[in-house]
Amino acid sequence: MKIRQHFNLGFALLLIAIMTLVVGCGTTPTPTTPAPQTTETPKPANPNLILATTTSTQDSGLLDVLIPAFEKKTGYKVKTVAVGTGAALAMGEKGDADVLLVHAPASEKKLVDNKTAINYQLVMHNDFIIVGPAADPAKVKETKTVVDAFKNIAASSSIFVSRGDDSGTDKMEKALWTKANVKPSADKYQATGQGMGQTLTVTSEKEGYTLTDRATFLATQKNLKLEIVLQGEASLLNIYHVMQVNPEKFPKVNADGAKAFVDYMTSPDTQTLIGTFGKDKYGQALFFPDAGKKMEDLGK
Amino acid sequence: MEMIWKGIQAAIHLLLTGDPEVVEITLLTLKISCSGTLISLLIGIPFGTLLALKPFPGRRFVLSIVNTGMGLPPVVVGLWVSIFLWRSGPFGFLNIIYTPTAIVIAQAIIASPIIAALTCAALQQTDPKLRLQIRALGTTRPQYIWLLLSEIRFSLLAAIIAGFGAIVSEIGASMAVGGNIKGQTRVLTTATVLEVSKGNFDIAIALSIILCLLAYGATLCLTLLQQKQQGGS
Repeated sequence: MKIRQHFNLGFALLLIAIMTLVVGCGTTPTPTTPAPQTTETPKPANPNLILATTTSTQDSGLLDVLIPAFEKKTGYKVKTVAVGTGAALAMGEKGDADVLLVHAPASEKKLVDNKTAINYQLVMHNDFIIVGPAADPAKVKETKTVVDAFKNIAASSSIFVSRGDDSGTDKMEKALWTKANVKPSADKYQATGQGMGQTLTVTSEKEGYTLTDRATFLATQKNLKLEIVLQGEASLLNIYHVMQVNPEKFPKVNADGAKAFVDYMTSPDTQTLIGTFGKDKYGQALFFPDAGKKMEDLGK
Repeated sequence: MEMIWKGIQAAIHLLLTGDPEVVEITLLTLKISCSGTLISLLIGIPFGTLLALKPFPGRRFVLSIVNTGMGLPPVVVGLWVSIFLWRSGPFGFLNIIYTPTAIVIAQAIIASPIIAALTCAALQQTDPKLRLQIRALGTTRPQYIWLLLSEIRFSLLAAIIAGFGAIVSEIGASMAVGGNIKGQTRVLTTATVLEVSKGNFDIAIALSIILCLLAYGATLCLTLLQQKQQGGS
């Protein structure tokens, strides 16, 4: 009899426990996102679009402005996966993304050449800058070129913080070290393996130097004890391209959606939006629209 | 110091004003974590029971694997689930990568070994005399198992708490299979990382406080339930 009672009590309470969980989930009110004016938004056959892009476009807040406007205009639902350029290009190479927005022209060329990427369009640029502590122990401010700046840093006792994540910025930085033909000693060259925002925080804490895109630096500057120590050289341009992943190579790719996104990014309205983004908050634009221009003409 | 204070202020502000984005992220986190826990219960409890009560060749080996699974790193689960769910992977046709469903699957894989191992350990710890006594009552097999499970219900609730805790706090899997997509798969842990990388430390602190409150609230409910039983019996 005692066991029998035990059984009932246990049964009832376990049931309640599970019910609480189930009901707890079931009654969760679905978030009431304000319904966009669906009256004019078209309904594409396959609305899911995967955009592989870089952390810099997300960390700077640009995508928060561009993506909702694109979704409202075309009816596509964009899944933005913000990773390093290396990872974004790899997603394109496997057909795991529909459209790419990245900034490493040298690596992108490979995808264009082997027909993985089609409809390759220039979108915008900003520039890379070298930032460091205000005291500038490596005297980078006195230099005029990246080569001299990197030589000074390598010769000084200051550390250099690298992304080390195969992102567009990382690729650029590695190329610049090769160009400068110097290498800082291993203990002074530290790789974070993280995004630009995080890397800037680490650089600031360690009072080191790093190469960053201007957009992320301006967006996160308020928490950093860093200053721009070198800017303005033509080789420091950070050029963004948008491209479709080739549907002939990967049949599962959402070709219509990808084309719509490329068209949207290069349309005059979006280009104006890009050109004005950040002016109200930082007093200067974070990106410069370049649709229709040639890469060789930039920075002239 | 000023940043910590500003973070706490921002947290209180976000909590009181019910910022729609934060509310959405919080509800999504709760929904995903609850679903993940529930599925891991449905897998873990029967499996743990089987391991404890049914002798079969290689049982100890399987048990050692399940026990190791208690420490399964979420980032490893995230990587493998993504490899399988990507379009280029074997289950790519399901089209569930970067959806809440994908996160629930990964989280269920993380928590199931925890629930199974703790269920198994609790069952094996029951008094052999009690087992004999229950059998002597002429119970059928399902009745026997049910009685034993109700005997270890405190341990089962502890297992649920452990499973939920592992799920709600993980980030590696949510980031990899969910993609931290705004309004779709952005949960409290991934949102915190994003705000840190954006340099918005006050919002990040606010989100971390909300996450702790959520974890505490859920665990408190389960603990009260557990201790109420203790008092009632």
